[in-house]
Amino acid sequence: MKTSRRDFLKIVGLAGGSTLVSGRARGSESPPVLEGAEDWYGCLVDLSLCEGCRKCELACNEANELPSPDVPFDDKSVFEKLRRPSATEYTVVNRYQVPHPTDPEQTKRAFSKVQCMHCKDPACVSACLVGAFTKDKETGAVVYDGSRCMGCRYCMVACPFQVPAYEYFNAFTPVVRKCQYCVHRISKEGGLPACVKMCPKEAITFGIRDDLVKLGWEKIKHPGGKNRKHGPYVEHLYGENEVGGTGWMYLSTVPFNQLGFLNLPLEAPPRTTETIQHGIFKHFVPPIALYTLLGVCMYLFKDKNKPAESPEG
Amino acid sequence: MEHAKSEPVRSVKFFTPGVFVLLLIIAVGAAFGLYRFIFGIGSVTHLDDQWPWGIWIAIDVATGVALAAGGFTTGALVYIFHREKYHGVIRAALLTAMLGYTFVGIGLMFDLGKFYNIWHPVIYWQGNSVLFEVGICVVCYLNVLYLEFMPIVLERFKEEEFENFPLTLLNPILRVKSVQTAINFVDRILEKLMFIFIIMGVVLSCMHQSSLGALMVIAPTKMHPLWWTPISPLLFLSSAVAVGFPMVIFESMIASKSFKRPREMNILTPLSKMIVVTLGIYLALKLGDMAIRETYLYLGDGSVQSLMWLIEMGAGVVLPLMLLMSAKVRKSAGLLFTSAALVVGGVALNRINVFLVAYDPPYDASPYFPAIGEIAITAALICTLALVYRFVALNFPILEAVHGESD
Repeated sequence: MKTSRRDFLKIVGLAGGSTLVSGRARGSESPPVLEGAEDWYGCLVDLSLCEGCRKCELACNEANELPSPDVPFDDKSVFEKLRRPSATEYTVVNRYQVPHPTDPEQTKRAFSKVQCMHCKDPACVSACLVGAFTKDKETGAVVYDGSRCMGCRYCMVACPFQVPAYEYFNAFTPVVRKCQYCVHRISKEGGLPACVKMCPKEAITFGIRDDLVKLGWEKIKHPGGKNRKHGPYVEHLYGENEVGGTGWMYLSTVPFNQLGFLNLPLEAPPRTTETIQHGIFKHFVPPIALYTLLGVCMYLFKDKNKPAESPEG
Repeated sequence: MEHAKSEPVRSVKFFTPGVFVLLLIIAVGAAFGLYRFIFGIGSVTHLDDQWPWGIWIAIDVATGVALAAGGFTTGALVYIFHREKYHGVIRAALLTAMLGYTFVGIGLMFDLGKFYNIWHPVIYWQGNSVLFEVGICVVCYLNVLYLEFMPIVLERFKEEEFENFPLTLLNPILRVKSVQTAINFVDRILEKLMFIFIIMGVVLSCMHQSSLGALMVIAPTKMHPLWWTPISPLLFLSSAVAVGFPMVIFESMIASKSFKRPREMNILTPLSKMIVVTLGIYLALKLGDMAIRETYLYLGDGSVQSLMWLIEMGAGVVLPLMLLMSAKVRKSAGLLFTSAALVVGGVALNRINVFLVAYDPPYDASPYFPAIGEIAITAALICTLALVYRFVALNFPILEAVHGESD
């Protein structure tokens, strides 16, 4: 089962370029964070189906017991501004005016849902100095434990998607807030994230991530059914390879850069920093070597210069 | 020891008009600080989800750590390479480093949302995190600095009684004979073990000064290419080494003026010659990195970032390097002070550039500029550091005894 999935990935990798395959081709050892990655869950969002009803926002709000919003969820005026996930909204839907595919004079509406992407090799997990962020080994959810957090906000600096939000006005117990993938639901048999379950258009498919990659590319190659009226999909499964691959992936008929998606490198940021970090401190050899070297210098120069007493403060 | 003996500065009183100005700034900062702890970080800062780090990290922490580098560079010079003639500045450099790192910790308390969890890295280890390495090294180094400073305190404890409140409260305790025995005992042990701590201080400094440079490497897409480079740790280490002696010179000259003492030019002039080497290495690394990554292409784009880079390197590195290459400059108190101040400013600007100017959040709604509360608290911390320095120098043997006229 697992092997066949990997074989499939290799085929996809030839067509679309897979991080897993390219990672191995580079000869770099697979980071421990990717252990069990083949069983992790993912979500495939078909943006061509999203009509901006914001029911996912409502479901998320209720599931996470977030405060009621100032503007009700059926109020479309929120679309006047582009929003980002915040300390009180783990997911937001934005509306964009994009060029019409057939009539260049016209524009049309397009929507995009934003939440934590649940990266395969997350920068926040690598950055957090106290391990408040972890990659759940069972589900692949990137979860946060506020009891460990010091509130340094390095996770927010590190996140390439600018997702984690902070409770800046909570003086005593501020925590980082972000989508937890409804981890308590999805770790149960048949459990779905609240937003996925709620979507009336069934725009989000939840499943094993590797299967969703396959499904995504099948839809791109063989568009049919409901989305035909929107024109063909862009030949890009967003999130398949970005920053080492993300749990949430997107299909769109509108170019991703018109929907607020960032053009990101394929390598996960922790691969650079952890390589540097572990290079400098490999088995503590460099610090110990430096210590020894300085000790030798201290001894030798003492003889060279005039005889001095032992150093004093 | 053949060195001139260090002794507390007795030529000036603690309170001067300047000190009252500092106290006023501290009072304003303390008010904002109180407000921050009651109403949260957001109430006094311009930080938001786009800009999680502001000047409290860029100045209080990153610049603070860099400018405390005088401690380990001078320590290495005097105790590891045994250049005894620089002994006269070692205690001041050590005091600056100790206070610098202490205030990095105090400054962090304002920035950390859950400041009471500041000790968590000690029990929750996360070895993949660059920040974990920085945190642990800084904590260890702070302890090493206190140990290195302890003989100075003990030396004072063995001498005549304190004259200034609140230290006078210690006098009755220090008069007890068994206390003096204990002080002598601890002092002897410290003297025997001191070489361990001195080397450890240099190693820990090299480790966290470089790791501090690796912090922003994790955000390649948010950083301007002029500052995002995988060799950033090396640049941070080399710039910390380069700023060590200029900081000693800068601070020695200010202390001389403030304490109405003659300038220590006999030490500072030869010390400044070494800056040519350390600053030259830093410049070479910086330009080499630029040439390899072809980031000079960004210099002509007229952006704020390109301008800041040119100021940082032009005024903060190239100009002082050219100045210090001249023996005339090194012997002139005014020009030497200017050159040292330029290097200090250049490295400070580098840290601000890396943590703030280069940072470009992809979905930013508004650019960051520090709020009045952030500036007030940072200013208050710097002023408090200066006052503590003054207090310690006036009561403990930090500076060498002066013979002859003051200037």
